[in-house]
Amino acid sequence: MRRNRLDYLDQLESESIYILREVAAQFERPALLFSGGKDSITLVRLAEKAFAPGRIPFPLVHVDTGHNFPEVLEYRDRMARETGAQLIVREVGQTIRQRGLKEPGGKFASRNWLQTFTLLDTIEEFGFDACIGGARRDEEKARAKERIFSVRNDFGEWDPKLQRPELWDIYNGRIHKGENVRVFPISNWTELDVWSYIRKEAIPLPSIYFAHEREVLVHEGQLIAVSPFITIDETDTVVQRSVRYRTVGDMTCTAAVESLASTLDEVVDEIRATRISERGETRIDDRVTEAAMEDRKKGGYF
Amino acid sequence: MDLLRFITAGSVDDGKSTLIGRLLFDSKSILADQLEALERSSRRREDGQVDLALLTDGLRAEREQGITIDVAYRYFSTPRRKFIIADAPGHIQYTRNMITGASHAELVVILVDARHGVVEQTRRHSIIASMLRIPRVVVAINKMDLIGFDEGAYNRIVEDYREVASRLGLTDVTYIPISALRGDNIVDASTSMPWYEGPSLLRHLEEVEVPDPAADARPRFQVQYVIRPQTADLPDYRGYAGRIAGGVYRKGDAVTVLPLNAATRIARIEVAGREVEEAWAPQSVVLHLEDDIDVGRGDAIIPSDHLPEVRQEFDVMLCWLDEKPLRAGNRYLLQQNSRLVRAVVRSLEHRVDVNTLDALPAGESIGLNEVVRARLRTAAPLACDPFERLPANGSAILIDETGNGTVAAVLFQS
Repeated sequence: MRRNRLDYLDQLESESIYILREVAAQFERPALLFSGGKDSITLVRLAEKAFAPGRIPFPLVHVDTGHNFPEVLEYRDRMARETGAQLIVREVGQTIRQRGLKEPGGKFASRNWLQTFTLLDTIEEFGFDACIGGARRDEEKARAKERIFSVRNDFGEWDPKLQRPELWDIYNGRIHKGENVRVFPISNWTELDVWSYIRKEAIPLPSIYFAHEREVLVHEGQLIAVSPFITIDETDTVVQRSVRYRTVGDMTCTAAVESLASTLDEVVDEIRATRISERGETRIDDRVTEAAMEDRKKGGYF
Repeated sequence: MDLLRFITAGSVDDGKSTLIGRLLFDSKSILADQLEALERSSRRREDGQVDLALLTDGLRAEREQGITIDVAYRYFSTPRRKFIIADAPGHIQYTRNMITGASHAELVVILVDARHGVVEQTRRHSIIASMLRIPRVVVAINKMDLIGFDEGAYNRIVEDYREVASRLGLTDVTYIPISALRGDNIVDASTSMPWYEGPSLLRHLEEVEVPDPAADARPRFQVQYVIRPQTADLPDYRGYAGRIAGGVYRKGDAVTVLPLNAATRIARIEVAGREVEEAWAPQSVVLHLEDDIDVGRGDAIIPSDHLPEVRQEFDVMLCWLDEKPLRAGNRYLLQQNSRLVRAVVRSLEHRVDVNTLDALPAGESIGLNEVVRARLRTAAPLACDPFERLPANGSAILIDETGNGTVAAVLFQS
């Protein structure tokens, strides 16, 4: 019965839908953490499919650092309108003011780490017991070891030594009051899988994923968008380049890649041919220590 | 393109991490910056060689101790197939991690050090593979370079393993002599072992046929979630969302809802909001029934000519995964896919020696990483199959109701 074999993308899709439905059934107040990046956009499409013809039965939550690309914010609002999903936005800037946190300094002052504070506050404000995220195991070494249902204590901390065994397709989402579960439905997808799926489903993306002219700063070989959030001095080289983004994060900590790829097919071809990993090419914040991600996850980071 | 999920099992020094590193490296799945990071870390080592094993050691504690603690998942693909590797630690204290990784695997690569041959760990890994019904086994006899690529020594190891395999009922076993460190028979055929005529490891992984749950299994479906929009345009929509665990489902099939035992027919099948005539494992679908029956999460909808037994008393194998010991009379929650019921372990029949498969007296209690045959009673009936017939509908977990941890893997016996 060869006709019955599912293509690998269909298998991945089915698995992710299964996980999303487990979340909706097991938890009282789940939420989908939406960043505006391609991975969380893929999650939203999977959630639409999982619950069709009904609406997505949980809100989309965006922790807005205030350093986002305007194209991404515009995309976010349009998508929320079109899917009919509830959108909750909480701002890191407000957390900084309310909690008297120190605004990070430096050339590329990143509020990336401060997102954790806003996220934990938002979880508490709405009583979320499960937060769905678009992290993938192929992204990074510490993530390769994280479960699909990842239990966090009431400080949001991950303890890699106390992970629950995750057997077959049985997901144990039982938690104590105050704890919550981070759920990663696309754990088993690779970057190329996500792109191939976006192409197959013709999912619209924010425009910055495609080649466009942009003023960028050349810094240690990486291209950083010129924006009000970074400090430019006379030693810097600012140039005009045709670039696209391979990942979407803050303007301060995401690097662009030079590209002329203006269609999905062209982007997928470039991703297929690249010899540099997604994080290595685009994240400025990951290169600090080898255990950077492990440390941040233990501290409550997504 | 299809997907193969496999697990690698080996002892601490069998070169498992090196093998995975080599597969990723030689299939060009390691990117330039990752390789650079690898070279940087390797320089900190005394011998200065690029250590492919470092690619797979994720956590700081693992790097510091030079061991693997937890299951890690790795991804690579060739033009023919996408692969998901569960990289599980080999030492006996991590048996639970191997069980976790093995529960998702369609194939196991068991590494044997050519200098030591079949050892206790080889037997344990094979026993777990047979217990968890991993259908395909590859025995990769590694470090052939250290025994001068000797065909005779290789053949003796193959003979020894055949005995293990026949005792365990492992019928689909492939033997490949390799050197993970040097890359012999990993991607390309080795020039040092002209006497070996079989495929390289990667070639075998690309070509081996993967069992098809839709073709081979009885039809099984459990309700995960009831979709009831109750909106103005969909006031009466009521669909049962779930994933087909085995077989094929067709519109019009006569089905029975279990454990309720109510007969009806499938009125409609939807996949991602689109109506289809038939669907098969492992698709996620929405089923609609002709009659208005009270169906909820955890109920099974199964073609009436293929019904499993519905029972509350079970013979099971339990793999114990918790620090707190198991004693007869203990109560737990049992989760079988989406069905959650209370269960009591009524009696411990006998312990299974995971190194020899011998039946040992169960004793008073069962500890971490031990396997026991036991009798269970559940508070509500379950419609499950013997594990050996359909793992996807013959397995469950036990949950500690106060601590919420997953404490056991449950394999239903016939």
